[in-house]
Amino acid sequence: MVEILVFLGSILTITLRAGTSLIYGTIGEIYTERTGILNLGVEGMMLCSAVVAFAVAYYSENLWLALLAAGLTGGTLALIHAFLTVTMRANQVVSGLSITLFGTGLASFLGERLGPESNNRSLVGLIGPRFHPLELPGMSSIPLVGALFRQDILTYALFVLVPLAWAYLYRTRNGLNLRAVGEDPQTADAMGINVIRIRYLYTLLGGVLVGLGGAHLSLAYAPGWAENITGGRGWIVIALVIFAMWNPLRAVFGAILFGGINAVQFRLQASGTTIPSAYLNMLPYLATIVVLVIMTWWEALSHRVGAPAALGRPYMREEK
Amino acid sequence: MKLVLRKRENISRRAAVLVPMISFVVALLFGAILLAVSGANPWVTYAAMFGGAFGSLYGLSEVLVKTTPLLLTALGVTLAFKMRFWNIGAEGQLTMGAVAATGVALYWARDLPGWTLLPLAIVAGCLAGALWAGGPAILKATLNVDETLTTLMLNYVAVLYSEHLYYVAWRAEGYNSGTERIPQVAWLPRLFGRAHAGLLIGLALAVVLWLVFRYTRWGFELKIIGSSPTAARYLGINIGRHIVMTLLISGALSGLAGASEVLGLAHRLQQGISVGYGYTAIIIAWMAQLNPLGVVFVAFVMAALLVGGDQIQMKMRLPASVGLVLQGMLLIPLLAGSIFREYALEVVKPSHGLDPDEGEAAIHG
Amino acid sequence: MAMGDHEARSRDQTPVLQMRGIVKRFPGVLANDHVDLDLYRGEVLALLGENGAGKSTLMNVLIGLYRADAGEIFVRGQRVHIRSPRDAARLGIGMVHQNFMLIPTMTVAQNIILGMDALPFVPPMSEIEQRIRELSERYHLPVDPSAYIWQLSVGEQQRVEILKLLYRGAEILILDEPTAVLTPQEARKLGRVLDIMREEGKATIFITHKMGEVMAFSNRVCVLRRGRVVAVKRTSDTTPRELARLMVGRDVLFRLERKPVPVGDVVLELQDVYAENDKGLPALRGVSLTVRRGEILGIAGVAGNGQQELAEVITGLREVKGGRILIDGRDVTNRSPLEVIQSGVSHIPADRMGMGAVGEMPVADNLVMKGYRTPPLSRQGVLQRRRIIEFARSMIQLFQIATPSPQTYVKFLSGGNIQKTILAREIDACAGLLVAVYPSRGLDVGATEAVRQRLLEQREAGRGVLLISEDLDELLSVADRIAVLYEGRVMGILPAEEADVETLGLLMAGEDMLLTAAQTVGGLD
Repeated sequence: MVEILVFLGSILTITLRAGTSLIYGTIGEIYTERTGILNLGVEGMMLCSAVVAFAVAYYSENLWLALLAAGLTGGTLALIHAFLTVTMRANQVVSGLSITLFGTGLASFLGERLGPESNNRSLVGLIGPRFHPLELPGMSSIPLVGALFRQDILTYALFVLVPLAWAYLYRTRNGLNLRAVGEDPQTADAMGINVIRIRYLYTLLGGVLVGLGGAHLSLAYAPGWAENITGGRGWIVIALVIFAMWNPLRAVFGAILFGGINAVQFRLQASGTTIPSAYLNMLPYLATIVVLVIMTWWEALSHRVGAPAALGRPYMREEK
Repeated sequence: MKLVLRKRENISRRAAVLVPMISFVVALLFGAILLAVSGANPWVTYAAMFGGAFGSLYGLSEVLVKTTPLLLTALGVTLAFKMRFWNIGAEGQLTMGAVAATGVALYWARDLPGWTLLPLAIVAGCLAGALWAGGPAILKATLNVDETLTTLMLNYVAVLYSEHLYYVAWRAEGYNSGTERIPQVAWLPRLFGRAHAGLLIGLALAVVLWLVFRYTRWGFELKIIGSSPTAARYLGINIGRHIVMTLLISGALSGLAGASEVLGLAHRLQQGISVGYGYTAIIIAWMAQLNPLGVVFVAFVMAALLVGGDQIQMKMRLPASVGLVLQGMLLIPLLAGSIFREYALEVVKPSHGLDPDEGEAAIHG
Repeated sequence: MAMGDHEARSRDQTPVLQMRGIVKRFPGVLANDHVDLDLYRGEVLALLGENGAGKSTLMNVLIGLYRADAGEIFVRGQRVHIRSPRDAARLGIGMVHQNFMLIPTMTVAQNIILGMDALPFVPPMSEIEQRIRELSERYHLPVDPSAYIWQLSVGEQQRVEILKLLYRGAEILILDEPTAVLTPQEARKLGRVLDIMREEGKATIFITHKMGEVMAFSNRVCVLRRGRVVAVKRTSDTTPRELARLMVGRDVLFRLERKPVPVGDVVLELQDVYAENDKGLPALRGVSLTVRRGEILGIAGVAGNGQQELAEVITGLREVKGGRILIDGRDVTNRSPLEVIQSGVSHIPADRMGMGAVGEMPVADNLVMKGYRTPPLSRQGVLQRRRIIEFARSMIQLFQIATPSPQTYVKFLSGGNIQKTILAREIDACAGLLVAVYPSRGLDVGATEAVRQRLLEQREAGRGVLLISEDLDELLSVADRIAVLYEGRVMGILPAEEADVETLGLLMAGEDMLLTAAQTVGGLD
């Protein structure tokens, strides 16, 4: 019996670690989409933030500086997207894709240029500072739940961030205003809310959070830098936002689901299964499709909680 | 005095042509900054890129080689995007096309007369691509599942599957990766250098697609669905059927690209069958403003960019991703500039009376 | 304070609002041409004009949604600059728009406090709801603060809009066509609300194009025509006829010729039809009616009682849950939109730019969107471009569509011309039944007359017309018979000769046909 709990506990530990970057990303994207802006650039933003965070950590040996840099990177890319979609009213899908393409290429480039001469200016294969798990003595030895207390600080921060994100969105005046912008920007505008400022602000904030998610990958989870360190996580975040029904609390469930799949993958591979690794690696992507289908079908049935009504549509005032 | 966007009374043709060109120049400028910051002389780099692509017959033939898959996938993406169906899965559709073509060429060689292999492999490639796009299309048509993510996820699945094939299941004896060479009967004829007949197929299809958009009922209905699905339904157009049929063809085009890469170029399934052509195709399609003839031109330019990028990687020891970064940069100014089709930038002089910037404190009368 | 005193009061106060020389231009039109306006406390001012006269534009300038090109605004004697709705709100000016600015997925209370300046970071919702209840009692605007907007009827939503303004301390209230969405009885209740506001010292402007409202509700009336003020009068000093003349600039004899036409076979028949709305709630409950060739059947009723769903089940855009629909005797229940179109049914939808026309495509393309499937416009799947242009040119001329060229994108056309394009296409394609939904909504008098003329022409040409309209005048002048829809049921079908506003109003409000029309005071004409 104890063995099962210990086993489950180890799965849970990996799940939480794997899911941390997903939760940061999902909450960031929830805030962005709640104002009506669809940002498909998450994958590119995460990659760039991961490489920048690793480079900064490597040279400065300062993890906090690295986090700051990651946030700035994510935020900057998000800002470009905001400029294109809010001010220049470009197509949001294509704009997000362009950020991803640009971010992916840039991350590759930086990964081959920011490294030390000794490694051919590449960052691949280097060992840098990382966030180690901080065990809370006593708590961490409880069989199953103990997994919650064997995490690094970025994951611990989520224990506060997630409820805060929920409360801000649903209980404060700012949250009310930002939700209004995503449901009906025309009405929000008429009520005196600055639609443009809110869309910029929360797209930027979303980018910063995505950046932190990327930082967790290169500073805690992987750690280090390699091409495609995200493995499509940025896209899974987009699906998770739908799965969470744009509610920060539910984001945790989605991240656990996918973190869990990751953990199961690890376990199966470690145990030397006969299933080809390729098929195991396909799991998260196929799971995403299944999740999407279920969510869409369920939403159609219940007529209720759907996307913010104005998601993906540009807003213009003073149109004759 | 301030800058204001004023709505035009009609679409500006001039802007539609100028904006892509200007955005290309802007992207090159930003690229120059990036290059300079990372220690390379931008002008030398660009010169080397241009020379690498156009400076020799070999370079030119390489550009044509790369144009082929780019052209075909971009046509597929254009077709889907015209309907506002965001098919981001071209990469996966291409990969599956390559897989299917390889499979037929390698494993049916024994049972079938030699001359049938090439056409069958091509058909198989098209079918595989079509099915790979058809799945998400059916999900969208029946259950209204968002296509962006479904097509995208299948990219990862396809790449993983193909890796499994050429690393494990179909790996040739004695090699680390890659399948056997496909029999010569199944090769696409070469044209000049390494450029192969796939290019001609692509050019022909571009013209066909242009004609379809402009002159057929099907193309007309596609445009309506893309502009306004509500209106399409009201007009009696069967949207679901269009989605599925169009996406089958869109996927088939990308599948054809993959098949042609195997049948005409590499002659085996191996690493590097696709280097993100499916994603580049999106940039090409959007830059060409979803015009099939424009796609031909833009695909050529993009291929030159990639070939040039490969060349300087070898000559100047710059990472290959320079080409990718430049590519990624192209869309951003293009998107920023697209607004000028419908809006004009105007300088607003202060109007007497209600100038918002003069006379403070009056608000709290 | 007795009601009669308000006139004396307003005479010796300075105006709470003054607009001077307001000019506003849009591409191709001068919407406001040096407009002056005064408003006093404790009065109700009617802003009268036909569609396109500039009334809404003027008020949108006042409310900060538009920036005027010239002119000045004075509030309580001080010159002000209103750059946004927020500025207007700070000055105590608020507006209830025709299209309600409410967020369906939020509650009444949330909508009311949305965007308010002086709100604590964590708003105390129970206190807020209490305050709302108090206000709603004082002003006779009953509503449940914790209800979601999507649960409310249109009339209740309007009350929320008004409460929004009052809660935020508005002293100057603007109502844009407030009775457009109300039954005559609800409109009377609104009148009482206006009285209370007058008593409380608020100043109210209401925008309208209906003379009857002006006479019933206002103290003074300001008439706009083509962007200019043509008259400002005390309501008691004028008559509907004079107002109409001022509004239009000529004696209005808005009587279209409805010739007697032989009535033919039944082209449309609904037998006990049931349908649901988007939320899954019943929208049509056992509707039965017929339309014959050569007649216009009007459907009256306040929006939201099943009209939209009625049009949609007939045209194949909505599922029928029970009953049958027959076109020329053929059962078309739940057939695809294409089959319905091929049965000779045309549809002029309420949603012009979203459904009826594709803005991002040329006028010529839009004109052929019904006919492109058959020769001569296409042969075996290939479009005959030259024929299409010829056809488009002839339609443009026939229907007098003002467009720079047949290739101009539809979205660059004015509202009236977009509607003409839709009309041209639908009328040309119509073989049996024409379903017209709110066809003259938002159009100026010229365009409205043109629309009604076309409908009558179809009738004379032996087609059947189903006209769904919220404009009782329109129905009374054009329809042969008028049916009233209330909560998804047909309350009664009256021949035109027997229909009048009062009876229709009662049916629209749910009264049974068999009850005699109640005695009413101060009728709305």
